[in-house]
Amino acid sequence: MSIDTSKVASSNGTKAATASKPSPAGSLATWADDRLGLATAMKKNLRKVFPDHWSFMLGEIALWSFVVLLLTGVFLTLWFNPSMGHITYEGSYEQLRGVGMSESMASTLHISFDVRGGLLMRQMHHWAAMIFIASMMVHLLRVAFTGAYRKPRELNWVIGCLLLLLGTLEGFTGYSLPDDLLSGTGVRAADGFLKATPVVGTYMSFLLFGGEFPGEAIIPRLYIIHVLLIPGILLALIAAHMLLLVYHKHTQWPGPGRTEQNVVGFPMLPVYAAKAGGFFFMVFGVIAIMGGLMTINPVWKFGPYDPTKVTAGSQPDWYMGWPDGLLRIIPTGWESVIFGYTISWNVMLPILIVPPLMLVILMLLPFIEGWITGDKRDHHLLQRPRNAPTRTAVMVALMTFYGLAWAAGGNDIIAIKLDLSINQITYFIRVAIFLGPLLAFWITRRWCISLQRHDNGKLLHGYETGIITRSPDGAYAERHLPLSETAAYTLTARDRDEVFHANGETDAAGVAAPNTRSEKLRAKLSSWMYVHNVQKPTRAELEAAHHHAEHEAELQAGLDHPVDGHQFDDHHLRDADEVPLRGDH
Amino acid sequence: MSNDDNRPVNGPDGTPEPYSDETGAQSHVPARTPADPIADPGLPPHLWRPTDVDPKAEKRAERQIAAMFIAAMISAVLFVVAYFSFEVGDNWDTFLGMGSSTVALGVTLGTSLLLIGTGIIHLARKLMADAEMVEMRHPAASPPEDREATIAALNAGLDEAGIGRRPLVRNTMIGAVGVLGLPAVVLLRDLAPGDSLDISKLAHTLWKPEMRLVRDVIGTPILASDVEVGDLINAAPEAMFPSEENGYPELEGAEEQAEKAKGAIIIVRMDPDELTAATQPDKWTVDGIICYSKICTHVGCPISLYERTTHHVLCPCHQSTFDLADGAKVVFGPAARPLPQLPIKVDEEGYLVAQSDFTEPIGASFWEREKL
Repeated sequence: MSIDTSKVASSNGTKAATASKPSPAGSLATWADDRLGLATAMKKNLRKVFPDHWSFMLGEIALWSFVVLLLTGVFLTLWFNPSMGHITYEGSYEQLRGVGMSESMASTLHISFDVRGGLLMRQMHHWAAMIFIASMMVHLLRVAFTGAYRKPRELNWVIGCLLLLLGTLEGFTGYSLPDDLLSGTGVRAADGFLKATPVVGTYMSFLLFGGEFPGEAIIPRLYIIHVLLIPGILLALIAAHMLLLVYHKHTQWPGPGRTEQNVVGFPMLPVYAAKAGGFFFMVFGVIAIMGGLMTINPVWKFGPYDPTKVTAGSQPDWYMGWPDGLLRIIPTGWESVIFGYTISWNVMLPILIVPPLMLVILMLLPFIEGWITGDKRDHHLLQRPRNAPTRTAVMVALMTFYGLAWAAGGNDIIAIKLDLSINQITYFIRVAIFLGPLLAFWITRRWCISLQRHDNGKLLHGYETGIITRSPDGAYAERHLPLSETAAYTLTARDRDEVFHANGETDAAGVAAPNTRSEKLRAKLSSWMYVHNVQKPTRAELEAAHHHAEHEAELQAGLDHPVDGHQFDDHHLRDADEVPLRGDH
Repeated sequence: MSNDDNRPVNGPDGTPEPYSDETGAQSHVPARTPADPIADPGLPPHLWRPTDVDPKAEKRAERQIAAMFIAAMISAVLFVVAYFSFEVGDNWDTFLGMGSSTVALGVTLGTSLLLIGTGIIHLARKLMADAEMVEMRHPAASPPEDREATIAALNAGLDEAGIGRRPLVRNTMIGAVGVLGLPAVVLLRDLAPGDSLDISKLAHTLWKPEMRLVRDVIGTPILASDVEVGDLINAAPEAMFPSEENGYPELEGAEEQAEKAKGAIIIVRMDPDELTAATQPDKWTVDGIICYSKICTHVGCPISLYERTTHHVLCPCHQSTFDLADGAKVVFGPAARPLPQLPIKVDEEGYLVAQSDFTEPIGASFWEREKL
């Protein structure tokens, strides 16, 4: 489709940039197309439309911080020496001069204190990793809360969950590399986790560490996992994630002219390319400033790893905090010996069972929801969180679980900073981790339903103007005014929910219906999911309410100074002759 | 059964969109009725920006963008200046607790990048065409005829291969490829080559009868009479500090680290009356001096925080708390077992020595722990 560019800034040119005679670029394009057939592949994609919304930018932050991770990571590899060979540090950092340490620690100090820009790159790398994982999580929440994971995007959701898992593992292997006291303590805990694995755990630990902990193999092995294995898989999955995004086309918010059948937005070339490209520089720039101004992981303060030492307040990076918190709230003594073999429930449960289980639950969410609703249609319009109260509440319950587990991972810090008893914090979280999500579920769902009622109120009775009028007989009432057609349409552009009812247990001929049990379960779940939801008003309800409002207006028409209320809010209409401009208040 | 009939025509050109539904049995799924109760008013008209209609605004935007790009160039040059003018090394904490070089490089690089980014986005927002475009979606699924053609091609291919008709060939082929997993797994055996895979090492430490307890940093032996009530001493086996005098063999590399990780102990002294029977006060302690493994029985962090009044020691990793007066029983936190106790005595010169190795494996639990 073509755009009226008559008024577009003249610097943009009003004519298409077709050269009259072959330019060097043109001949190069011809040369390439003769061999690669690029024109066919690009004719649609160059002007591919992307819808615009701030929340669609969250995944982009993750993508660009990954690019920053690749760039800064390559820089670091030029000096980093992933060796556990023992040497005596003789570099610039005076406090550690003459101290024995591994070559990986010494080369980390060398990057930090003897390579110009080295500390900047180290800190940028670490900050970019934080932002990578944080933005993936927030992006995941956005996708879940808006129902963007529904068909046909379930597999992209699964890929996204795997990216989060791999990003976390990549982070752990990365911060273990300097072989400082803090990260070494983390590696020793990881050794404990491996050893808690039934049957094969001890051998897994010995094989990974090349013998007894700590050995001399772990850092080089983590290094190759960190710089080759996981980044390779991450890159492949990110590529798949993006390809599916392009194939499905991005979801969009409902609104006038924005339907399940179309996508409304700006073309890839030039607007989206410019916005996304510019955004890369902004993400890069913010990370550079953070790397320059904010100290992160000052390994020189922790000192080299020594298996007999530890610092108080030992914490993993924040994204590993929630399994660590679960580990901390396990009550004393959860270990059993069966037939002479030790089973460490106190480690297995919080590390080897619950986190993988949570990941599986997360990945299954769209499939569970799809099964309950029986909705097999493609969905391209996003839902507001309030319009899927049960889904929103489930996500908030999961977030509450995560948040409480994460807080438990910092129970020592909380105790110190707030001068509380660490035991009491732990007892509290042991209970709250079960009750908190239930409470959060209930509050969130009621909250969503209230917001749905509020939306219906606006549709039926108009929005609140804040203007109080007094009737001739002295009654006070707040003036309500009808929503604009655009706003009203946007509020109603959603499907009505319908509770699934299982068919009777037997059909007309008295034969038991197949799958009765699962159908019954589905009917129950469907009812649980939908039955409290508030549906949008019908046309008849809307007309009745508007008729009522007109009647009210008629009653007030006889007032001396009829006020439509628009004088007092910013909904007043412009003079129709004036050219409406944006950003011109 | 399809919902297509109820669906409004929303394409801007008025054509109904192809849209495949797998409704079938899902007849309870409500029809898509976005036109209910309000009809789609359609895309709002495009609004012109000041930069579209006002040449002054347009010029201003151009100047703003160019200014950002120029400032970005200046900042990049300043980066180079900072690179050569600030030393790293001995001024590592001169500014904001960091090297002036790091701060200057980060700020100039970041400013340059941010200015380029904002410049490009400003360009996109102010000067590039901003009319929204409409593109029609297509169902994610392939058209039915494509599916049929693919299945036909697949069947033709499989049929020509004849694998399905020759189960012997099929099964042996699957078996052959499957058995290839064995070499793949076996190849990993030498991740821990030779007897470094001997897990029975977990049951032994350097401690043996008559070995002195020495301070963990300097390696000096500890006189029982020097240990005060309330002291906590981090100690190690004397064999960690081999010398000609004590005659212990040199330890190197991985072995030294592993022994260091296993042999670490804490020595505390408390009033002998406070020690419970669990500590075996008559057999394993010396006048209220008692010695435990320093390695937490939870996941193996070295424990460190000693509270003298309660004689509790806390692991800083996951807050397991052990009562040292009561055989290091776990009084709080996720650990399941007490810290192993090292039986000690004094030698003729009055120094603390071990009676034997630990009587159980130290540190984190593992599957075969009770079997070693």
